Parts: sequence; structure tokens; C-alpha cells
Amino acid sequence: MKVKQISVFLENRRGRLQEALDTIASAKLNIRALSIADTADFGILRLILPDPDKAKKALRKSNFTVSENDVIVVEVPDKPGGLASVLKVLNDADMNVEYLYAFVEKSGKKALVVLRTEKTLPAAKALKKAGIEVLPSDKVYSL
Amino acid sequence: MYWNKEAETIDAVSLSEQQAARLKKTVESLYSNIQFYKKQMDLAGVKPADIKTVSDIRKLPFTTREDLRENFPDGLLAIPKKDIVRLHTSSGTTGKPKAIFFSKHDIDAASDLMARSLYMTGLRNTDIFQNMMTYGLFTGALMMHYGAEKIGCMVIPAGPGNTARQISLMQDFETTAIHITPSYGLYLASVLQKQGLDPATDLSLKKAYVGAEPYTEETRKKIESLLKVDAYNCYGLSEMNGPGVAFECERKNGLHLWEDNFLMEILDPVTGEPIPDGEEGELVLTTLNREAMPILRYRTKDITKILPDKCPCGRTHRRIHRIIGRADDMFIVKGVNIYPQQIERVLMSVKGVAENYQINLENLDKMTVKVEIDKNMFDGKVEHIVTLRNEITERLKNEILVKPVVELLEPGTLPVSEGKAVRVIDTRTM
Repeated sequence: MKVKQISVFLENRRGRLQEALDTIASAKLNIRALSIADTADFGILRLILPDPDKAKKALRKSNFTVSENDVIVVEVPDKPGGLASVLKVLNDADMNVEYLYAFVEKSGKKALVVLRTEKTLPAAKALKKAGIEVLPSDKVYSL
Repeated sequence: MYWNKEAETIDAVSLSEQQAARLKKTVESLYSNIQFYKKQMDLAGVKPADIKTVSDIRKLPFTTREDLRENFPDGLLAIPKKDIVRLHTSSGTTGKPKAIFFSKHDIDAASDLMARSLYMTGLRNTDIFQNMMTYGLFTGALMMHYGAEKIGCMVIPAGPGNTARQISLMQDFETTAIHITPSYGLYLASVLQKQGLDPATDLSLKKAYVGAEPYTEETRKKIESLLKVDAYNCYGLSEMNGPGVAFECERKNGLHLWEDNFLMEILDPVTGEPIPDGEEGELVLTTLNREAMPILRYRTKDITKILPDKCPCGRTHRRIHRIIGRADDMFIVKGVNIYPQQIERVLMSVKGVAENYQINLENLDKMTVKVEIDKNMFDGKVEHIVTLRNEITERLKNEILVKPVVELLEPGTLPVSEGKAVRVIDTRTM
């Protein structure tokens, strides 16, 4: 249920995001989902890719500062209130969501959302118990 | 406990008398043997006979680095060349080097001060002393070598570099003390770590004499904890024999400056006026026990202050604070005097940042401190980085009284220091 997400620290320098994306492209990895946390003077690029270890190695080799975190990928009904219903489950279970972002593509009729919570496994269990589809990592990487 | 109890615990009155006698002798020799000093003293309207007490030092002219360069190579010799036994040079970053000459007496006196300094930290004839400094024209390695040998240590003249060999020497000969630069000390620790060696069990190290580059208290603590040693701060400069001008005792709280050999003044770097004990100023030194090349009131450009309290170790020679900065490096932001070393001190004490940093000054006194994050601290969380930046900003503000902009960079972004790193980039235009 845990999916590996790669985070890259990007200092505020022209072309730095491009360089990170070029590195991933050279490693022949197709980005499945991405988000950028952006502050006034630095950014953090978050990525879901088919082969997180390979991505990590390639980025480190190009001198990027990289860390790996566990996230959950859930299916969300693609209709008004869909995401709210998922978050309600976590809220009821008293679990904080640190951040979330959406996938580029859908699986069937549902939207895919990446969730980062304080505790990955309990959150995933709570979601499953509420009947929400939590995607296994192999399925995410092969999307 | 003392190498020379009488000299080290001399009372203030006797010291002052000794200093006055030695100063008189030095000035007489300068005036009659060195054209440059005769001219300077004549210009200042002072004769050797005017020098009766220590406070008369203020009548005498200063000596600057430029004076040493202008009189290169041998314009400041007070004795015939046949009595010179040693030449050292001090590399200038610009132009000619400075040449420093020693007579037999001078080498002996410098070695004795060095032995006094090392003995003060507990170094004994049972110690194995591995000297990792550059031998050659540089005074640092040789003077320490002589001092340690004089105590009776077995000295290993390893010189710097070749870390694998340093480590095997330390293991094979059970080295107990090393003489090292702070940057090489940190590097040595990282190599030991990589090789899976624990200094506590795999080496016999007890002491490290760390010098030749300015460093902070935080760096000392880092070296001590990584190498499992007591690290001692030493101060010296080639113009004043090299190391052993001032040295820490076992209390590691300020450096005893050997006042029987050097007359110390702390002056305002701009006006040259004396600064009260306990306040920061430029260290100005006069040699009191040197034959070949006595130097009057040498402007060291090093900023320090006198620690006025008595040291519990019993030595009466006054202590100076570790060097706070270089008069040359000082810059002014919003009317506040700031030394890069102050910034370094703060950065070294913050977890999560690397050692490299840069200070950028732009118009309207905009000050930006750029620092690389430690790649191991990055866990993907925005708030951790923001907290780190806020912590650095806050602590810098407390130290320098000006709030800088702190910019966190990826590791490896800033140029790596080769020799003297350029820390301050000032693009302000008036």
C-alpha cells in the first residue's frame, strides 16, 4: 500500500527544475505524477515514477539533493465531493494530511490522488476500511 | 606542571621590569643597526634614550606588512648575515613574500617558547607527536617540531596529506598527539569514518594542536568529538617566530600570550589608539627577545581582546580571546562592524548546514548569507527547511545585530575553498 515518492530540493536558480527533469528523462523514466512545493526562495519537486530507486540514483549522480518518502495513492470518485469524502475518512480517524496532489491520468472512472499523511500504514488501513481503493505500489509504478 | 615556573608565573611588577629592559635593548639595537627603524624613529622624534618603561612603547612607530615587503629581502636585519642560521618566508597573497631571519639565539628562544606552550597542555616526553603541517619555508611545522622534540617527545615529521599513510603511522607508532590544520582535521575524521575506524578504540590519540587557519569554537568541538581528542588553539605568525606566540592551557579558555617575549597592545585598527582590556581591537606585537630581526609594534591585523581575569592555571601571562576576525575582512552593514568569522561561528553551530557559505552585499546594505544545506538533513519536508532558515536568520541576527536574508542552497553549489576562500562578495556602489 505504501508508494515511494521522490522529493528533490531545488534552490531558486534559473533552469534548475529543467535540469532535474532532464536527468529523469535521460534515465528514461516517465513521470506518473508530480507536484512542486514552492516558497519564495526554494522549491521541492515531488515525483511518482515507475522506478523510484533508479530515479533517486540518477538524481543523486547529478548532484541533486534527494529524499524518499512513503505516500498513499487512492482512487477518488470523479464527481463533486469525491475528494472531500476521502479526506473525511482521515479526519474522522484523526490523521493529518501533510499535502496531496493529483495524478495526470485516471484509472477508469476515478481520479487518482497522492496523499502524504503523518502515518502511512494506519491511514491506508483507515481508507480501505471505509471502502476507498488504495492502490498497491506495483500498480502505481506500472500505470 | 610548568615548563619554566619562574617565567610562567612571574609577578606583574617583575614582568613589567623585564619587558622594559628587553624593550630598551631591542630599541637600541634597532636604532643603531636598521636604517629603516632609525629613519622612522627620527621622523617620530624619538630616541632610544626616551624608552624607559613599557608604556613608552606608544612613542614608537608601527611596522606594517608593507614595511616588511618594502624592505625585502634583508633590509630589517639587526645582526651581520654570518650570524643568521635560518630563513623563513611568509607567503603574501599579493606581491613579494616577507622574509624572516633567525639567529641561533632566536631559534632556541622560539623552540623554548614552543616547548613551554606544548608542556602547558600536558604534552610530555612519553608522547608520540605526529606533525601533519607543511615543512619548509612555512614556520608552523618546524617550530612545533622543535618544541615537541625539546620536551622529549618522539616526533614523526609526517607533513600534510597522504591520509592513508597518516592513519597507518598513527596506528603503527601509536601517535598520541597531532599538529594539524582545522580543515585537514575534519577531513581526517571523515576518512577514518569511511574506513570504519573509531579513534577511541583504533587510535591512541589524546591531543590535537589545531592552527594555521582561523577556526571557531564549534569547529574545535567538532574536531574533539570526531577524533576523540583535546584540541588546543594556538596563535602565531611567521613575523613573530611562527606558532607559540600565544597558546591555550588545559583550561582551553583563552590563549596565554607569552608577554616576556612579546609586548602586546590592543589598538583601534583605524585610529591606532589603545583599547581598554576586554574590548575588541587589533593585536599589535613587539618582539622582546629576538636578535636577528626585531620588529616594533607589528600590526597583525588580527582582531582579539584581552581576557582580563586571572587564569586558574596560575600563569600570569595575560590571555587573549581566540582570533575574532581579521581587520582586513571586516565589513560594515547598516553601521555595524561584522567579521565573516562571526557568521561562520553561527553556521557551524547549526545542525543541517554544510561548512561552505558566502556573504553577498548589495546596494542599500542588503546582506544575503548563502549557505548549503547538508544533504542528509533533507527529508522532503518544506517546514523543516523553513524552520532551518528561520533558525539561522534568528541566530545570525543575535550574533551580528543585523538581520540578513538567508538563502539555502543545494550542496556543492558554492565554490569550494582553495586556500583562502572568498567569503564576502560586496557589489555595493556608493
